[in-house]
Amino acid sequence: MSVQLSVLLVIIGCSIVTMIPRIAPFLIVRNITLPEPVMKWLSFIPICILTALVAGSVIENEPASFFPDINRQVLAALLPTLLIALWTKSLLATVISGIIIMALLRNFL
Amino acid sequence: MAHAEKASDMIEKEELSFFQGVKDCIPTLLGYISIGLAAGMIGVASGLSVLEIGLMSLLVYAGAAQFIMSGMFAVSSPATAIIFTTFIVNLRHFLMCATLAPHFSRYSAWRNIGIGALVTDESFGVAAGRIFNGKPINDHWMNGLNVTAYVTWIASCVTGALLSKWISDPEKFGLDFALTAMFVALLVLQLGSVKASKLKHYLTLITLMIVAMYLFSFFLSTDIAVILSTVIVATIGVVTDR
Repeated sequence: MSVQLSVLLVIIGCSIVTMIPRIAPFLIVRNITLPEPVMKWLSFIPICILTALVAGSVIENEPASFFPDINRQVLAALLPTLLIALWTKSLLATVISGIIIMALLRNFL
Repeated sequence: MAHAEKASDMIEKEELSFFQGVKDCIPTLLGYISIGLAAGMIGVASGLSVLEIGLMSLLVYAGAAQFIMSGMFAVSSPATAIIFTTFIVNLRHFLMCATLAPHFSRYSAWRNIGIGALVTDESFGVAAGRIFNGKPINDHWMNGLNVTAYVTWIASCVTGALLSKWISDPEKFGLDFALTAMFVALLVLQLGSVKASKLKHYLTLITLMIVAMYLFSFFLSTDIAVILSTVIVATIGVVTDR
């Protein structure tokens, strides 16, 4: 149980560069009123970024090949998980089903 | 006297108390726990001590970035490379925080710093869902959501690090997929509240996002693809909205 100084310094550096993008918008917005088109633009961010995060888990950037790789296992788990999300409209039910589906895929296929 | 006033104030805002935020965080906790356990295990496998993993969770508090940091520590990457990569991986939070920030501008700068520092993909998803549905949002609720997630994350990372002696392959249990499943559910929940007339517009944007992510992945890392695709497609969203 020890902390290496070099590791600690990198962690502190990473902390600073992580906190700046999180905190800066909150401080900027307090001092200026955003114009209507910007607010409208921001209203599209949630759906776009959530789609990007899902797509990013399926699409893999493989330096070795020209085409980006599709992770078939994630894609195979994603489709039933999406159906369960549409059907149950429940965050918890979707997460638990997703984990079970992925565990089944990895252990039995 | 002051106490009595505060108590009545809290009853009035019952809907949006700190505890309501804690409650609204619960469905996402499984994601934090499973990814946190995995992050702790991978940290140990990368040669980090339990204390270092705890500090990383406490100070950086970002799932994907912690995995990448561990991986880079393992191969002794230079400090500047680790810090720069972490910056790029977490830059997407700028867009998320810019979306949430206008709803908290009435609070003090320190309160805003406290809220902003603890925004994650998941807490953003839950808060944005509320805003999207036209429900009110306040600082107590957001802090309840954020602090519950933060404490759970740190505890899960440390537990994962301590458990790593016994469990070596967390992927076998499908736990890493919790995150993707959660994003799918948050997306579906948001779409569920979109008016029928707007739904087609949103589905078009989602399709465009998938295409953009694929195309950018030809020559960019996933993290940069996420940011660029979002900026471009959200702009298309504004231009094509009527």
